[in-house]
Amino acid sequence: MNAVRKEPSRFMMGIAQIGACGIFLLQILRAIPASLRHIGETARQVWFVGAMSLVIIMTCGLFVGMVLGLQLYYVLSIFGGTAALGTVVSLSLYRELGPVVTALLFAGRAGTSITAEIGLMRATDQLDAMEMMAVDPLAFVVAPRFIAGIIAMPILACVFNVMGIFGAHLVGVSWLGLDNGTFWSNMTSSVDVWKDVINGLWKSLAFGVVCALIATFQGYTTAPTSEGVAYATTRTVVFSSIATLAIDFVMTAFLM
Amino acid sequence: MIDKSLPGQEGKSAGDPLIRITGLSTVLNGKTIFDNISLTIPRGKITAVMGPSGTGKTTLMRHITGQLAPDAGEIVVDGASVTKLDRAALFELRERIGYLFQNSALLTDFTVFENVAFPLRQHLKLPEELVRDIVLTKLQAVGLRGAAELMPSELSGGMVRRVALARAIVRDPMLIIYDEPFVGLDPVALNQILKVIRLLNETLGVTSILVAHELAAVRRAADQIYLIAGGKIVAQGGPEELARGDTPWTKQFFSGEADGPVPFQYPAPDYATQLGLAGNKP
Repeated sequence: MNAVRKEPSRFMMGIAQIGACGIFLLQILRAIPASLRHIGETARQVWFVGAMSLVIIMTCGLFVGMVLGLQLYYVLSIFGGTAALGTVVSLSLYRELGPVVTALLFAGRAGTSITAEIGLMRATDQLDAMEMMAVDPLAFVVAPRFIAGIIAMPILACVFNVMGIFGAHLVGVSWLGLDNGTFWSNMTSSVDVWKDVINGLWKSLAFGVVCALIATFQGYTTAPTSEGVAYATTRTVVFSSIATLAIDFVMTAFLM
Repeated sequence: MIDKSLPGQEGKSAGDPLIRITGLSTVLNGKTIFDNISLTIPRGKITAVMGPSGTGKTTLMRHITGQLAPDAGEIVVDGASVTKLDRAALFELRERIGYLFQNSALLTDFTVFENVAFPLRQHLKLPEELVRDIVLTKLQAVGLRGAAELMPSELSGGMVRRVALARAIVRDPMLIIYDEPFVGLDPVALNQILKVIRLLNETLGVTSILVAHELAAVRRAADQIYLIAGGKIVAQGGPEELARGDTPWTKQFFSGEADGPVPFQYPAPDYATQLGLAGNKP
């Protein structure tokens, strides 16, 4: 038969990747009960992707809060509303910046390391060796990292928010002379726990699922070469960032 | 002794071969790896699979362990048709197979001890003292008891292979597949590993498949040899019989000559044409 086989378009390959990622998610969910046997490994991964990310999350949270404090103080002073600085900063952080920036940082720091680690295990036949020892790599390697990502993300987002508010307080109150009581009282009276804080946590939970899924999927399906692992880590950052921002828009529309 | 039944198992006796492969055909990336080959691996014997590089020896092992499905043919291991097993049954079968990977495939985040203990800890609820004793016994057999607390990155290539061997034999499986076990071993280590392979076979009746190129070592260990080339089994028999080299295949392969039916060159266009020298006569 001389029929010419058409190469699938990039669009179709992208759709196929999303489908494969969905199937991979189902496989992880099915492997989670078996992964509970490896609870120590899950705890180790929570430490690795969560606790080890604290420095970058706290530092970035502090500086984002300081920048917000400066910018918003300037803008609010035009309208004579600098007293609302605490309110605006905290709402920005709780509702948007906290979950989103944390997810972007998580993808860059923990997501890439998850992808590289699993990818290297693929390239060096470690995953095949587990299969040959009748140990399911999805339960032993992938599920603990997936669960760790979901657990770590909301906690990291909370830490980011706290550091952001501290940074804004540092600039607004300690540096620019805003009244300390005004800063805190306006904030506490305007922020609603369910509408603002919990909705932000829902977002970070969703980002945790997506970022951990993308990182593990890219690592697990990487080409077993050094170039393959390099591409996979890059794809983790790119796809996680796009997915985070896209999901943020959708969730914001529904949670407003 | 057969201790477990697997779905698809048929009646079997001690005289039955452990592995029966019938009409196996495999095409990978457009290249025919196996063209309707059939072979049997007897129980309690050491069978060597030899052949030129890239001829599909590791692929054959991947078929036997269900890591790769063939395009056609049947593979029966201990009465179970590997291609028909579901994942759970396949894992059950693999629990009784020890596999030494060509590149060792040690878990790089685990110490030597943890690597060897891994299959025990995953599948058996043994007291930690017993795990320790078993692991140290296996490490002693490969001469690395003193390296138990080292990381794989701290070992030489030959030591890594010996750790992988200890891991492959730690559960005393019914079948052990050694994929290139002698690569990187010094003569002393090679001799000791040969002894371990023979000892497992003689004392525990373990069936072994040895994929190797070292003819001298294979002659000392193997009970029978299959020589694979060009997608076919081109020779089979005892080590001495094959080493005598009555066929062009065995003659060339075992004497290491470049000319003969076993190609040294990977298929390529004409050399002179590729260099642009065709037709340029001085």
